[in-house]
Amino acid sequence: MCKGGNRLTCQKHNGDGVTDELFRAEGLSKTYPGVRANDEVSFSVAAGEIHALLGENGAGKSTLVKAIYGLIRPDAGRMWLGGVPHAPSDPHAARAAGVGMVFQHFSLFDALTVAENIALGMDAPPRRADLSRRIAQVSAAYGLPLNPARRIESLSAGERQRVEIVRCLLGNPRLLIMDEPTSVLTPQEAEILFATLRQLAAQGTAILYISHKLDEIRTHCDRATILRQGRVVGTVNPRDHSARELAAMMVGAEMRLVDRSGRQAGAVVLTVAGLTSAPATEGTSLQDVGFQIRAGEILGIGGVAGNGQEELIAALSGETTGRPGTVVLDGHDLSAQGPEPRRRAGLLAAPEDRLGHAAVPEMSLTENAILTGATRQQLQRRGVIDHRAARRFAETIIADFDVRTPGPATAAGALSGGNLQKFVIGREILQAPRALVVNQPTWGVDAGAAAAIRQALLDLAGRGAAVVVISQDLDELLELSDRFAALNAGRLSAPVATEGLTLEQIGLMLGGAHGMEVAHVAA
Amino acid sequence: MIGWTTLLLLMSAATPILFAALGEAIAERSGVLNLGVEGMMITGALAGFAAAHATGSPLAGFVAGAAAGAAISLIFGVLTQYLLTNQVATGLALTMFGLGLTAMFGRPYEGVKAPSMPGGPLGVNWAIWLGLALVPLTWFVLNRTRRGLILRGVGENHDAAHALGYKVRLVRLVAIAIGGAMAGIGGAYVSIATVLQWTEGMTAGAGWIALAIVVFAGWSPWGVLAGAWLFGGVAVLQLRLQAAGVAVPVQLLSMAPYLATIVVLVIISARQKYRGRGSAAPGSLGRPFHATR
Repeated sequence: MCKGGNRLTCQKHNGDGVTDELFRAEGLSKTYPGVRANDEVSFSVAAGEIHALLGENGAGKSTLVKAIYGLIRPDAGRMWLGGVPHAPSDPHAARAAGVGMVFQHFSLFDALTVAENIALGMDAPPRRADLSRRIAQVSAAYGLPLNPARRIESLSAGERQRVEIVRCLLGNPRLLIMDEPTSVLTPQEAEILFATLRQLAAQGTAILYISHKLDEIRTHCDRATILRQGRVVGTVNPRDHSARELAAMMVGAEMRLVDRSGRQAGAVVLTVAGLTSAPATEGTSLQDVGFQIRAGEILGIGGVAGNGQEELIAALSGETTGRPGTVVLDGHDLSAQGPEPRRRAGLLAAPEDRLGHAAVPEMSLTENAILTGATRQQLQRRGVIDHRAARRFAETIIADFDVRTPGPATAAGALSGGNLQKFVIGREILQAPRALVVNQPTWGVDAGAAAAIRQALLDLAGRGAAVVVISQDLDELLELSDRFAALNAGRLSAPVATEGLTLEQIGLMLGGAHGMEVAHVAA
Repeated sequence: MIGWTTLLLLMSAATPILFAALGEAIAERSGVLNLGVEGMMITGALAGFAAAHATGSPLAGFVAGAAAGAAISLIFGVLTQYLLTNQVATGLALTMFGLGLTAMFGRPYEGVKAPSMPGGPLGVNWAIWLGLALVPLTWFVLNRTRRGLILRGVGENHDAAHALGYKVRLVRLVAIAIGGAMAGIGGAYVSIATVLQWTEGMTAGAGWIALAIVVFAGWSPWGVLAGAWLFGGVAVLQLRLQAAGVAVPVQLLSMAPYLATIVVLVIISARQKYRGRGSAAPGSLGRPFHATR
């Protein structure tokens, strides 16, 4: 087995001693126009092990598992499953061979019932009554309660994932692929998931677990195969390595640690009080949300998506306006103002939904830069756009935030998600806001770029701005923020100091157990 | 008082729209918005009439109408599913194409009489019976069979369906062809069973009303039946009023079925929304599907 010490040269098993090898890939390659997604990938998975597939965004993890699940055909290379050549032409063939997959973005049908969704994921579903009975059996056996008659749209993220898992389990898979399964779960929900996975592994199912959450992998996985730019860097026992070592293998260089020093809280910049949004037909309405934030301070707001994050950023950016006194910046009441007056006053926002609220996909980066930067960057004169200044501003964003693009004339929609995210965040930060609100600042961004974005947010706070970071990534919030508050069902807990806060306490706050626990934490 | 004859007239007036709307409901449940219903109907009307005239058999006419409707719908299918053209624009173009094409090829058939429709049980011709039978059949296939479930899945979330290994474009192409065939039968009914001759543009907006019915009926076959009968009922009523010589301009009366159908359906669907049931529209309706391989 691989021992610690020589971490980069620790290669995959060469077969000796591993008698229960279930899956093996050799020399898998897949090329898309302009990018080599998988380059001679070889690795193996043993029966009954939880095997992590680790890598940055774009490292080729998804391409690799899509090949195993029959969604794409590799250009070269071979696979074996249980000693038999495995070359599925489509997912039906892969499922028949014993491969199950739980997708990162759930492959569920919102308007259909749980039973219908599960039937669609099976190749020979039994009759309705039998199916419901089998769903109940599997649910009970693995502690995953489900009501077959419920519609997907009424389920929480954790319940949706349960549907996907039960759908896979009904096919009795020998190899279960999980693509970033915990990205939408609270820490408690993730624990339940791991209990299920360990139970499955104990019964001999091999689990291929994709993630970039290093602590999770170090705690729960038996082996980890690390991919970088489509190539296997090595297969290691993750317990023998620190998170930093694993990250270094993923990125190929030492990670730049964010520097939190040199910040002092100043006067109160932004005061939000009694923010209550009208009950919306869909989504969560905000209930009496309030907080204060000082110059040079970063407030982290955590919570599982759908608990009011979209509504909160809309209320702060000015997309929705509120009652007088709800949003006050430097003593000026901006509650009734729309986004443009708020920008002029210095309250800027970078929403998460990059192609919905933050950028127009068909327009060039220059034009997108004008959309929010026109006033503060003086990109217009008497209503006429100053194109030269706008292009210069866009070029500055591209250079300062390492946006990989041919140039400012490129359409925003042509950028990868991570690159567009860098552009959107950079556009707001470079306008030197008094207060900046960001939602999911590093979602879909690779580890190196995420560190750069976090550092830019810290630097902004260091220059005396107040920063509100809304995120689902708890590690990110702990790394960045001075104070932490949880958003649950439209209610915001009282912010508490981040220092000394444990993931467990945060989990309880996210679950809605405010009051007592928070008081305990604060004490 | 509504007698059997009135009911018969009502069903007859409703039948073309029933066929077309059921077909469109199937296509839309698979996620395809085909605005070319009027064009497919008129194509079916001419092809059906020509075949019935040539063979003397109304049955041959309906078969030809279905085939022609399916054939022209496949133009739309290939364009939108494989060449990824915009569904709205392509559907509108299909309607104009169908109207123009039939105006040209229909010339020789103007003034020609259709062979007579044989009667059926209870004096109702078998085309009406077929339309009625298709309502529960469509419901059953959509909601109780595996193929129906796959079709709904493709319409609800085509990315998920693709990820699970279903052939999104093929499913949609089949749904489009079924929709085209049924619109063609609806058109053939107009020329063979109702008007008994060919006139340019004779479907007179029935395809558009069918489209509206599908939406307001919430994509349900039973709702489609209700909408079609409502249209048929008001159509019969206004004919009666015209015959009785009511002092209302004929144009207003002729407008009545279209107006009444839309108004009632809007009220029904607005009430459903008000009760918080939301829109029943298939999640991927009208969105182009492009698989990354």
